[in-house]
Amino acid sequence: MRTVLAVVLLAVGLAACGEREQVIEPQSEKRYQGKTDSKPWDNESPVAELRGGKWTKGNMTSWEEQIKQRQLSQNEYKRIEQ
Amino acid sequence: MARMKFLCDAERCIECNGCVTACKNENEVPWGVNRRRVVTINDGVVGAEKSISVACMHCSDAPCMAVCPVDCFYRTDDGVVLHDKDLCIGCGYCFYACPFGAPQFPQAGAFGLRGKMDKCTFCAGGPEADRSEAEFKKYGRNRLAEGKLPACAEMCSTKALLGGDGDVIADVYRERVLRRGKGSEVWGWGTAYGPGRPGAQPPQPARKS
Repeated sequence: MRTVLAVVLLAVGLAACGEREQVIEPQSEKRYQGKTDSKPWDNESPVAELRGGKWTKGNMTSWEEQIKQRQLSQNEYKRIEQ
Repeated sequence: MARMKFLCDAERCIECNGCVTACKNENEVPWGVNRRRVVTINDGVVGAEKSISVACMHCSDAPCMAVCPVDCFYRTDDGVVLHDKDLCIGCGYCFYACPFGAPQFPQAGAFGLRGKMDKCTFCAGGPEADRSEAEFKKYGRNRLAEGKLPACAEMCSTKALLGGDGDVIADVYRERVLRRGKGSEVWGWGTAYGPGRPGAQPPQPARKS
């Protein structure tokens, strides 16, 4: 009984910690009826001449990791110290 | 999941308009349309002049999206607010709803007819095939699909304009502020636009006689 009560209390207590989903998928979103946009990570990495990032096609994590490195390079303190 | 945002450091912006030029060049934005602008307050007042670069802020709860009568807006997984120009009717409601004046309307034809809305895409293109000619012509370059950040932010010479995931660029900005030797007083009107004292108001411009 105590365990159940503890679980219920925990669930109620953590209910406010959740985050409302703010991503709207083009086709599943109720109102938008336009074309479906593809994901940036669903592309091949650009050729070297374009000086883009490198990631594995279809792998969101690898794309996010390389774009994060690009974001961090905006911190000139880090660039100077490298 | 990243939530893409812009952050402009008013202490660093030198009103060079490099971001505006980079945007126009990268996306081949038509004449008369500025997806990004540099706004200056207290222009010419020594010590009180501050500039900030403004474009679409890719709001989490975007008013343009809420008022669009044909629902041509959508939000990507990265939190970038984009629109489908094939659905847009160029009514201009989004322009009135946007607090930043981001939606722009090219003049189509000799009689100043309002064209379809154009705005900052966070260099993420639109709902055409990524990195395709059609996408470039309608929406500009898709740099996110090339693994890059928006051209305006990457071109900013003083790194006043930061672009990327809100959490990451907030960390970059926080470190910068701490290195300036400031603490919590950096937030607010006084520091951003005033003479630097907490709670201070900017000087009133001199009256013209």
